[in-house]
Amino acid sequence: MISGNGKPFGSPQALLERAEAIRTERKAIKQEIRVCAGPGCIARGAKDIHKQFQSEIKSHAKELKAAGLELDATLSEKCTGCHGMCEAGPVVTLEPEGTFYTGVKPRDAKKIVEKTLLHDQLVDPLLYELGHQRGGGKAERYTDIPFYSLQVRVALRNVGVVDPTNFDDFLAEGGFKAFAKAVSEMTPEAVIDQVEESGLRGRGGAGFSTGRKWRGALRVKKDRVWLICNGDEGDPGAFMDRAIMEGDPYSVLEGMMIAAYALGATDAYIYVRHEYPLAVEHLQLAIDKLHTAGLLGDNILGTGMTLNIRISRGGGAFVCGESSALMRSLEGKVGEPRAKYVRSVEKGLHDEPTVLNNVETFTCVPAIIDKGAGWFASMGRDKSKGTKAFSLVGKVKHTGLIEVPMGRTLREIIYDIGGGIIDDRPFKAVQTGGPSGGCLPADKLDLPVDFDTLSRAGAMMGSGGMIVMDDHTCMVDVAKYFINFLIGESCGKCVPCREGLRQVYDLLDKITKGEGEDGDIEKIEKLCHTMEVASLCALGKSAPYPVTSTLKYFRDEYEEHIQNKVCRAGVCPSLIMYEINEDCTGCDICARHCPTEAITGIKKKMYTIDPEKCISCGICKSVCKFDAVDIKSGDKIVSRDAVA
Amino acid sequence: MSEAKTNETVHLTIDGREVDAPKGAMILDVARGMGIDVPSLCAHPGLEPFGACRLCVVEIQKPGWDDWYKQLVTSCLYPVEEGLKVWTDSDEVRQNRSVVLDLQMARVPESDYIRELGRQYGVEKTSYAERDTKDTCIMCTICVRACEAIGRSAIATLSRGPDKYVDVPNKDACIGCLVCASLCPTDAIPFTANDNGKRRIWDKEFDLVTDERTGEVLGTPEYLAHVQKRAEGNGLVWPETLKQESAKVKRYEYARKLSRVADVEDRLADEAK
Repeated sequence: MISGNGKPFGSPQALLERAEAIRTERKAIKQEIRVCAGPGCIARGAKDIHKQFQSEIKSHAKELKAAGLELDATLSEKCTGCHGMCEAGPVVTLEPEGTFYTGVKPRDAKKIVEKTLLHDQLVDPLLYELGHQRGGGKAERYTDIPFYSLQVRVALRNVGVVDPTNFDDFLAEGGFKAFAKAVSEMTPEAVIDQVEESGLRGRGGAGFSTGRKWRGALRVKKDRVWLICNGDEGDPGAFMDRAIMEGDPYSVLEGMMIAAYALGATDAYIYVRHEYPLAVEHLQLAIDKLHTAGLLGDNILGTGMTLNIRISRGGGAFVCGESSALMRSLEGKVGEPRAKYVRSVEKGLHDEPTVLNNVETFTCVPAIIDKGAGWFASMGRDKSKGTKAFSLVGKVKHTGLIEVPMGRTLREIIYDIGGGIIDDRPFKAVQTGGPSGGCLPADKLDLPVDFDTLSRAGAMMGSGGMIVMDDHTCMVDVAKYFINFLIGESCGKCVPCREGLRQVYDLLDKITKGEGEDGDIEKIEKLCHTMEVASLCALGKSAPYPVTSTLKYFRDEYEEHIQNKVCRAGVCPSLIMYEINEDCTGCDICARHCPTEAITGIKKKMYTIDPEKCISCGICKSVCKFDAVDIKSGDKIVSRDAVA
Repeated sequence: MSEAKTNETVHLTIDGREVDAPKGAMILDVARGMGIDVPSLCAHPGLEPFGACRLCVVEIQKPGWDDWYKQLVTSCLYPVEEGLKVWTDSDEVRQNRSVVLDLQMARVPESDYIRELGRQYGVEKTSYAERDTKDTCIMCTICVRACEAIGRSAIATLSRGPDKYVDVPNKDACIGCLVCASLCPTDAIPFTANDNGKRRIWDKEFDLVTDERTGEVLGTPEYLAHVQKRAEGNGLVWPETLKQESAKVKRYEYARKLSRVADVEDRLADEAK
């Protein structure tokens, strides 16, 4: 049943009426079970949990009916996209109360049905432990948890709410209201005006004004303009676009449809990363449905508009997230970037005017059209309006997917929403903007997070990855890690990026091995400057940021590695030694695990490590139950507790 | 390629000299046309601009920019603009060229040509870790692009990042025309042009066809067949077309003589004497 009578919607009005009908029908629903089927929760068994719920509902059908809950009438259950708090998964929520169950196992389905559905009682062990936040205790609803209560969800508005495979669900949540409004009440010019006035800037990294980009394309438009949605999210630790494509594919498509209306585009592509099969599946399902519903194809909603959206899968190259490389890849050529002195709105795909925006950018568009540019622009600060989704990962307590208004400080994001550092260790740095972003130190924690402030501080907004690091992180090692990632992902076309990365890596490697010399830092800096100004594309131009930002804020650590041969974080194997301290009980466990038989001793007496045989693998430290293994670097103990 | 699509011209300044250039022309071509020496390794008059070697970088300033602000751009890809100011040999330009050449010298320590270019930018010895290799390929990909332009696409780049390399995955398509080897700025493609009537390149051996009257070597049978096929495609008939099509392919060789590559080679040869 598509339009209520199985036929495509003939007008915007028919679509809105159908949405209203679904909402009326659903008013009867007293209880809804939402099982999070984000990638993290699926990995931890969400699909089994969902199946278990279905069978429990079946076997308790009689009692449920007696309690006024009948499946598909007054009770509904579904799998949704990512709820965000991946660390607490698998997550199940019960609406309308907002009951929030964490760490759910398939067997818990029975308890939840019997206790909560039938007797209005909470299953206490599954409730979220607030810890030190809000005076401790347990949270009954997710709105009680700062992780959720401090968020404002625009791009993620339907993620975790709708069943991504269910068109009716999306309609009920106000889906396509904005598109219907655009095609029936607004001129294409008015749509662009709204988007420009909202202050929306590209969420993919560069932060270019979306409205201005669209206007630019319209100005040069000849016969046609191509529309591309960039879903080639490749930053390590970033999964915002994935969550949106998997959990709310219709909103991405609606955003593209509004853009197509504004630009007069008839052909569009979504370029999805190879590693996101579920995103491809959900998007394809949605596209097929939209064709049968008369929302894609010819004569959309009876307005005469034509639009076809095709999915193109990337081949696994990070550089194809760069727009010009992505377009080459779409043309069937090798995904190498080209210089963008002639903008892609003039000469993009097939050398024709092309508008390319990121998934999150498109997803914001329907909300702007629906609620108005003023509403969107009222959030955020300065020249960064609206909200931004981030994936919060690393040594932070609440890892997951969040969305906040632009301008929230790093401290609010990491400590209030993220709950602080694991084990309450000292904060050392936060890396923003993906592999070619920058690392910011503790004294930058009060910086507001927006495009321009982050750039000025030597980091960048990027697509929204945020990796939190504690004092057990060596900043030289971090820089080396990201350079190594980029070596694997550089396309190898231009010299500064291809050869420069190799040489920067060699120099960093030398430093972490304790072989650094005077002049190495200066050599790195000179090289980084050329990479930054003389590389062909944004990947190469920003590739040195992990190095330049750590050099800017953690230069003393580099110098320590070079001058004193010390790694204060206790990370670089060549610069550290393991030593057993007086807390040793002589339990022998370390000696049994040591791969090089470097540990000897008499049982129940203090053991010793032979530095000649020790290879600094750290296994002894990880197996010791008494914190009796220290890491020493340059005759100083740098770590007395377990390495996380 | 400086293809002016219209008769429109723009007025700009390069190294303090004013010039009118056809709209759509690239800075590199306009500067060279003025006799200004801008080095490059991957640009070739017979091929589309590519922008990989980063040697032809220049500084620009657009009208309306703050006086102190300049931007480094790739001159082979940057179309001329009205009122543009260009510096082809400023300190910033020279410094970045020297780093790029320094990196290339570490990549191909055995290349005399790169060493000579490096010397011009004050790099006597690379400051980075040298690759232990006799290979002199600098990944300009002129061979790849020329082979594609000829209509064979036998050569391609493989892998990516620092591991990227040039090879002939489509070896069957190689017709032994030697265009790749003759265009290579660093002589990285080994070949034997004529060894007792045999030609060798890319680990492949070819026969050679000789003009019976003049004794001139016309090329490999595969090459002649390719030329003939192209000629037929153009509605022309053998043998008159041979020369025409052959000249087209040869264009790349002539073009090479126009570029700086030949100058430096001549100088090297003179020095050797």
